[in-house]
Amino acid sequence: MYVAVKGGEAAIRNAHKLLADRRRGDRSVPTLRLDQIVEQLALGADRVMSEGSLYDRELAALAIVQARGDMIEAIFLVRAYRTTLPRFGYTRAIDTGTMLVERRVSATYKDLPGGQLLGPTFDYTHRLLDPELAAGGEVAEPEQRAGEAEAMPRVSAILAREGLIESDGDMPEDHVPGDITREPLAFPMARDIRLQALSRGDEGFLLALGYSTQRGYARNHPFVGEVRIGEVELALDVPELPFAVPLGSIRVTECQMVNQFKGSAKAPPQFTRGYGLVFGQSERKAMAMALCDRALRASELGEDVVAAAQDEEFVISHSDNVQATGFVEHLKLPHYVDFQAELDLVRRMRAEHDARENAGKAEEKREAAE
Amino acid sequence: MRGQEARDQAERKAVMATLAQSTGDDIVRLWNEAGLPSEAELLRGPETGLVTVRGRIGGGGAPFNIGEAAVTRATVRLASGQVGHCYALGRDKQKARLAAIADALWQDPAHRNEVEARLVAPLRAALAKARDQRRAETAATKVDFFTMVRGED
Repeated sequence: MYVAVKGGEAAIRNAHKLLADRRRGDRSVPTLRLDQIVEQLALGADRVMSEGSLYDRELAALAIVQARGDMIEAIFLVRAYRTTLPRFGYTRAIDTGTMLVERRVSATYKDLPGGQLLGPTFDYTHRLLDPELAAGGEVAEPEQRAGEAEAMPRVSAILAREGLIESDGDMPEDHVPGDITREPLAFPMARDIRLQALSRGDEGFLLALGYSTQRGYARNHPFVGEVRIGEVELALDVPELPFAVPLGSIRVTECQMVNQFKGSAKAPPQFTRGYGLVFGQSERKAMAMALCDRALRASELGEDVVAAAQDEEFVISHSDNVQATGFVEHLKLPHYVDFQAELDLVRRMRAEHDARENAGKAEEKREAAE
Repeated sequence: MRGQEARDQAERKAVMATLAQSTGDDIVRLWNEAGLPSEAELLRGPETGLVTVRGRIGGGGAPFNIGEAAVTRATVRLASGQVGHCYALGRDKQKARLAAIADALWQDPAHRNEVEARLVAPLRAALAKARDQRRAETAATKVDFFTMVRGED
């Protein structure tokens, strides 16, 4: 027999009202505007766009406010919103070689064409809290340096000239890129599908796995061939126009990781590569993604799969923080009936256990008496 | 004729790119200043949807899906018959409608010069200025390596 129990409507209603109140906080403090978040918490909005898998700054900002700054909750909100929109199509593949670069560094070549452009980086700051920011002082305009725009080829193109590095990842001619938003995950999976999952994967999870490869679990001696951040143009093929229609630009971060490789039965000694590409400005995520991409290519390159970061099913099945939080957090929802059943079972087992123990003791006593 | 058609298409595409890159506020402001006609029959939208953004493995290899981006599109028809389209990143419906009208007006020989001069040219100039400034600001963070000479020899 199944007995449904209802209740809690008023409690839920009042809880959500309380949530709205606490979200607003002290009414004497001005309300946050979305443009303030877009402008001043830009990297937070970028993370929500990347892991929410939806490029829209204002929506990311709204999600952050609605979630009271809880990033995974904000990502959840964005993912949910995505499902309400129709799909217009797949864009032409972006060309990161023609990016309007805002930052570009290489750890492998000092003097590469286009140079090392530090851009708006936290690197080389002293990580000292700045009381002037708390005081809200004026900020000076940035420096400018005139000069012709130099072409900035991807570093992989430079390495490729010597033939000591593998080419960009190719797929068979007739391969249609997989889409995890359309097809359920299936293992083993092709690299293109893995990259889609990694690009929306949880930054913390990928960071920890990438770190584990550096510490010796699936060690593969990485160098940052290049990290670049900047804007790329999007174009979409539509039936009503004879050309790919330009949609505007988005900011992305790309990481080319170059890894030592001693060669195997399948491949000669050469540098191999891991690739990272994410929405917004997030080089930590792009680098972690590239480390994981390379580790997950173990089977393809004939390496032994010995570490968590090389285990495709483990990594990809647990990289999505919306799925992860859903399953972990559901544990707090009412499980009264499940628990009653378990309680009943444990009581019965305990009774049987006690009965066995008592019987054993009685037997011992009897033997002792004899 | 073939060449002319290709040139027209390239120009139209460049106009659409400029409109897509520009903000709705800038388009509305210039539209009002120029007094361009904003009457048109809406054939579709404005409606917001998603496009799936693609990248390439390693930068130049096989394509893969990165994630989605919000796009708003509109299609309009002028009384004179020209049909205009807009697809632009974001969720600005007014921008999409005006950009579609601009695309239609641009195809109308009676309006092309006006659209080019009063709307597209100033937008293009503003975008170029912003791009140049961004480049110059980034260029100021370029590392100039120099060699430290140590010892006597």
